[in-house]
Amino acid sequence: MRFETDPTWLDNPVIREGLPTALWETLAMTLGSAAITAALGIVVGVLLHQSAPGGIAPQPTLHRVLGAVVNVGRSLPFLILMIAIIPITRFIAGTTVGWRAMIVPLTVGAVPFFARLVETSLREVSAGKVEAATMMGATRWEVTRKVLLPEALPGIVAGLTTTVIALIGYSAMAGAVGGGGLGATAMSYGYNRFQTDVMIAAVVLLVVVVQVVQVAGDRLARAVDHR
Amino acid sequence: MVDASSDFPAGPEGTPRPTAPALSVHDLTKVFDSRGTTVTALDAVSLVVPRSEIHGIVGRSGAGKSTLIRCLTGLEQPTSGQVVVAGEDITTLRGADLRAARRRFGVVYQHANLLDSRTAADNIALPLEIAGWDKAERDARVTELLELVGLTDRAGNHPGQLSGGQQQRVGIARALAARPEILLCDEPTSALDAATTGQILALLKELRDRLGITVVVITHEPSVVREVCDAVTLLGDGAVLEQGRLGEVIADPTTRLHRELIPLVEPAPDGLARLQVALGHPDSPVGSIDGIISLLRHEGIEADVAAATVETVAGRRVGRLLVELADAALVDRARDVLDHARLHPEVAA
Repeated sequence: MRFETDPTWLDNPVIREGLPTALWETLAMTLGSAAITAALGIVVGVLLHQSAPGGIAPQPTLHRVLGAVVNVGRSLPFLILMIAIIPITRFIAGTTVGWRAMIVPLTVGAVPFFARLVETSLREVSAGKVEAATMMGATRWEVTRKVLLPEALPGIVAGLTTTVIALIGYSAMAGAVGGGGLGATAMSYGYNRFQTDVMIAAVVLLVVVVQVVQVAGDRLARAVDHR
Repeated sequence: MVDASSDFPAGPEGTPRPTAPALSVHDLTKVFDSRGTTVTALDAVSLVVPRSEIHGIVGRSGAGKSTLIRCLTGLEQPTSGQVVVAGEDITTLRGADLRAARRRFGVVYQHANLLDSRTAADNIALPLEIAGWDKAERDARVTELLELVGLTDRAGNHPGQLSGGQQQRVGIARALAARPEILLCDEPTSALDAATTGQILALLKELRDRLGITVVVITHEPSVVREVCDAVTLLGDGAVLEQGRLGEVIADPTTRLHRELIPLVEPAPDGLARLQVALGHPDSPVGSIDGIISLLRHEGIEADVAAATVETVAGRRVGRLLVELADAALVDRARDVLDHARLHPEVAA
């Protein structure tokens, strides 16, 4: 319940003390899972690309299995995925509450998404460049490290930006189920206790965070793009 | 700084050249089998390229040029036949041996295929990184190659900041980087304008003269063959149709290469009596356009030149021309006169 006399906006302790902590938790779980997603997603994306029919090391079975796993991961709504993998989260993080634990489902949800984006970027590298390196006597590993990944980097950076923004959205959902962060604050004070000022402040902060990530991602993508 | 001409064991002023050809291809056949129907892309193609020669491979689209280049470099496994480079049959090699053998070729592509993520200098360094050269050696070699192709001031530019001709120069420097024995050029000038094409062809010729490198040029452009090749192979439907020294095939009016390499713009048929004449046969007493006109006039036949293409190829004046007769009744006699002078006349439509 809320009373007319309750302090609002900057006088509201939830906004003054709770929001900064919530912002920090959102950033921590987003960036923590983004870092792990970046590493795993590139590995899975490269495997998807290489094993594809017509790829540099076609492996139809591996490609189909990997593709199926990635598709299952992508088709599950995040809320359901998060609940479904609670045992795995507990096994890895030792708990299922708090922002640290939430890094597990966030990563599991984001890796398939980002891996597909990586695969698409790799596919856009022209076959002629790969052939040129092959003709220099390059091994598959050299083709991947010296040609495919550097040439696909602008696309991979743009994909990572999209992934991080999706993670911010997921993190709000994770917050609602005990993960902390801006999502949890907006849910428990803004929605359940009718503190509209908290709701608005949380939304504004989320918008600002998304904008900053997008602008930074665009700049970085442009900086590594020499086309 | 290493003298560029010392890069190749078969340099012009180096030790006596080994007599073995740089590249020899024996009965190379490639049959593609897709869902029951077979397509013969290469049909018993044979080819010998001596060291330090520029060999042109011409043919229309679908003649088998691309399949040939893929089989030469082991990207495609031929159905039968051999590709021998430095005494080694490439078609039998796998894995690390094949990768090592590929370094005997430097490949120049139609669209350069440079990496956008690397500067000009780093693109040239790529084959050296792959071949395992250390940093100091790579830097010295890249400096040397940038100078060789005239792009020293562009070392730090990315491909997107270079013109098409400059990109192709970087492509050529990259192809030469790891000191290959054979420079394989796949339509090297097809994406370039006429002036740039001339510069790139001059560069290829200069590289052959200075470094003694063997060059194979695959092209559909007759001008490329006329300007740089010593010998030429005409492919059609996967088979060798004609093959020989450029000076010989181009002067022989019975060959298809003669017609392909000396294009003649013919006027629309308008009822006038015209004869098509080939200039350049080694046994012909007539070696110029003036000579043809005065030969006819000497026989009392008034004639004029309606169209002509004359070039000096491999030191010999060769050409095709259309001779227009003032009196249509004299066509048969004019043909006899010209035939006698080995000018290979044909009545034009």
